[in-house]
Amino acid sequence: MMKSEQKVTMVDHPFVDLETPTEEQYLFCIRCGLCLATCPTYRASLKETESPRGRVMLIRKALEGELELTPNFNDQMQKCMACLACNAICPVGIKPADLALNMRYVAEQVEPSGWKEKLFGGLLPHPRRMEWGTLPLRLYQKLGLRRLANTLRITRVLPAQLRDLERQLPQVPGRPLRSRLPEVIAPSTSSGRLRSPSTNFAQHPERSERAGRGPSTGSGRLRGLRVGFFLGCAQNLLFAEESEASARVLVRNGCEVVTPKDVQCCGMPAIGYGRQEIMREMAKHNIACFERLNVDVIVTDCATCGSTLKEYGHYLAGEPEWAERARAFSDRVRDVSEFLAEIPLDKPRGRIEGKVTYHDPCHLVRGQGVAAQPRLLLGMIDGLELVEMEEADWCCGSAGSQLITHYEDSLAILERKIDHVQATGADYVASGCPGCQMQLTVGLKRRGLEKRMQVVHPVLLLDRAYQNERH
Amino acid sequence: MINTGIVKELERIVGTKNVFTSPEDLVSYSFDGTFAEHRPDVVAQPATTEHVSRILALADREGIPVVPRGMATGLAAASIPFGGGLALSLIRMNRVLEIDEENMTARVEAGVVTADLQAEVEKRGLFYPPDPSSVRHSTLGGNVACNAGGPRCLKYGITGDYVLGLTVVLADGRVVETGGKAIKNVTGYNMTQLFIGSEGTLGVITEILVKLIGKPRHVRTALATFDKLDDASRTVNAILLKGIVPATLELMDETAIACIEEAMHLDLPLDKEAILIIECDGNDEGTVLREIDRVADICRENGAAGADGVRVAKNEAERAKLWQARRSVSPSLARKAPNKLGEDISVPRSQIPAAVRRIKEISRQYDLPIVVFGHAGDGNLHPNVLFDMRDADQWARVQEVVSEIFALAVELGGTLSGEHGVGVLKRAYLESALGADSIEIQERIKRALDPKGILCPGKIFPQAEVVAI
Repeated sequence: MMKSEQKVTMVDHPFVDLETPTEEQYLFCIRCGLCLATCPTYRASLKETESPRGRVMLIRKALEGELELTPNFNDQMQKCMACLACNAICPVGIKPADLALNMRYVAEQVEPSGWKEKLFGGLLPHPRRMEWGTLPLRLYQKLGLRRLANTLRITRVLPAQLRDLERQLPQVPGRPLRSRLPEVIAPSTSSGRLRSPSTNFAQHPERSERAGRGPSTGSGRLRGLRVGFFLGCAQNLLFAEESEASARVLVRNGCEVVTPKDVQCCGMPAIGYGRQEIMREMAKHNIACFERLNVDVIVTDCATCGSTLKEYGHYLAGEPEWAERARAFSDRVRDVSEFLAEIPLDKPRGRIEGKVTYHDPCHLVRGQGVAAQPRLLLGMIDGLELVEMEEADWCCGSAGSQLITHYEDSLAILERKIDHVQATGADYVASGCPGCQMQLTVGLKRRGLEKRMQVVHPVLLLDRAYQNERH
Repeated sequence: MINTGIVKELERIVGTKNVFTSPEDLVSYSFDGTFAEHRPDVVAQPATTEHVSRILALADREGIPVVPRGMATGLAAASIPFGGGLALSLIRMNRVLEIDEENMTARVEAGVVTADLQAEVEKRGLFYPPDPSSVRHSTLGGNVACNAGGPRCLKYGITGDYVLGLTVVLADGRVVETGGKAIKNVTGYNMTQLFIGSEGTLGVITEILVKLIGKPRHVRTALATFDKLDDASRTVNAILLKGIVPATLELMDETAIACIEEAMHLDLPLDKEAILIIECDGNDEGTVLREIDRVADICRENGAAGADGVRVAKNEAERAKLWQARRSVSPSLARKAPNKLGEDISVPRSQIPAAVRRIKEISRQYDLPIVVFGHAGDGNLHPNVLFDMRDADQWARVQEVVSEIFALAVELGGTLSGEHGVGVLKRAYLESALGADSIEIQERIKRALDPKGILCPGKIFPQAEVVAI
């Protein structure tokens, strides 16, 4: 007979009084390995320790007191790209990616690191300070990059890595968009205004469903909405041109666009580095900020901001005075492509000639379930052919700052992506996430493809098509 | 047993980056697709047959236990290093070395993911049929070592039917080649088949030569729902008796349906006791369509009643979704309990209705949920016992249930395992299925090939030393 000598003791975990993952979040993982097939870090490293079920096991052993939170343990949690592919495939409902993020928070509670306090507590909540703080970045100074690397405790920065970090940066605008974009922009009164909705969107399968139950975009109110525009940090500082385009497209399609200037970072970088408590404070600030504006929806053109804003309800569920307000806020949040697909949209009369391929940002396709909408927008543009790449929804290896913190892992994942991008022979690679865009740009530049393929936000292409109407 | 000198030697063979000793790594290599666990002392990830050969020569010299593993998703605890020692991960050996279209063969390294090989050969109109449910998260090496099956076995046969030759590293580090591209080969013992299903106890398989066939050009998949589980299991034979051999004939009971519906939202019926997924394929579209229609009729005649009794997938996306669901059934059961023990009995297919009925009786008798699904068409069933290991009383009953299920399989003329293997979980019952003489011969083969007993100690044989689970 089989005999059990496995002791399963229900000890109190060693992190009493800390916020830790609960037993039901990991206990039911049966290690089937379905997640192995879809995990970018596992498929790149071929190492069980860097797989979702491996991380779940590590977390379980740590919470049961069998493993300590060693630097290596914490690094394994940091290695997760948080691409959510494991969350999506698990038939049991385990969320390994969420667990890894939660364990980063546990590590920070046990031993908070000072530089994170400075970065996430002292810098990100203050847009003006951040604009000054990233001035070196905007000036493309190598020194700035080195300093950033030092701040992030990268002791060994290789010349190749430094070159790739520089490659990441787009043509940085001279001034942040925050200081240029008007606080309120009235809807356009151009000739397109009163035409009936384009048939493209009448057929959009998700539109009717969403329009019906949306908190504020109920039927009959689709035109003339008051849109709160959440201007994310990266968009403001690095991709100002794109967010300008997003605002133009919204206005062009009958929206009043309100861009509050005192928003803080959405909070994702803080979560990523294990500082959920800082993120919650940012969330409260942003919720209060938009409550004052009385907007119908809150739109962002950053996939990561969008997925984080939609989670405010979840993260503040435990705070009675905020739970309901956070939920109401999150219910109103839309990615720009998601929102544009919900409203009647003018078909651009201008053309763009060429081929485009679309890369699904993790925070959009899995974080928000938005995959069809950006493709629909691209499909509206005459002259532009959409060519699907293989594994379009596979992580690009950016995950915010992995190119800085886990350079080789990040590159290995990127190479797989760029193989598929290159195979399409597209002129444009569209992706509505600043992190993905920077990462894809590095990948293209490493192969000398940056002149042949341009990385863009899908809405930027839509804007260009509108602009081309004049020609 | 593993001192720093040995770790250094391993590092010299495979490089420092491919030897792991941190507690985090050892925990990560301590488990497979079962509930069992044991940490190795060290992990090495070789990249070539030569690496493996040098590692085994070292292990032979030092008497270190070696347990090979691919993606470690097996369901018999065969890849868990119960005796400690070296976990030998072959996952870096992941090259498809050759696809020979003229001879219709492929040579691959052991760490190639099975689905990756399938995708590669299908681009050329070829087909590698064996499709264990873990097809996307298991390797050819593991499939061969455990002689994996899968739904398509009904028509196309199991992994072992497609292996023409192997490269195997023996316990002392010698490398042997078996078989080859010649289809007919009776020169000497069939050494290829000896290593197939040996679960890593006789040697480490590093390269595999497989036979391919032409990819069937047309396929149709039907979903039939039954009010009574008994009707569904009777239908299996009703179809086969009409001379129709579908590619697959899969059964799921109501708990399996409920779990998968909760996980995937496919609009499966929650008020029915069973469903069958039946797939017909072939090169002539007319024939395939006629077959699936005939299958649908037989299902209706046998109790798949109502307007929605039989549904045929309208397109490839619908079909893919259905199969993703089928492959997720086993893990999705964990929604109902923290632990599950997936058994794998195989009976003559005429006994399927009896087996299903009796398993449900055992479930009632011991008051433990047993979910039944599996490859009903070839008689291979997966009764999954759901339990909570922390409850000592439940765990005791689980073991009695397992005994009963195995006894039932043997009584019905079947056997303990159709496709998962013995590993550690079925060791104790081996004699009931094989008899003492057969076990004694097999032990002699084991000793002949692995005299020091360093390969997967404690696996398969009931008398083997070791190791409590």
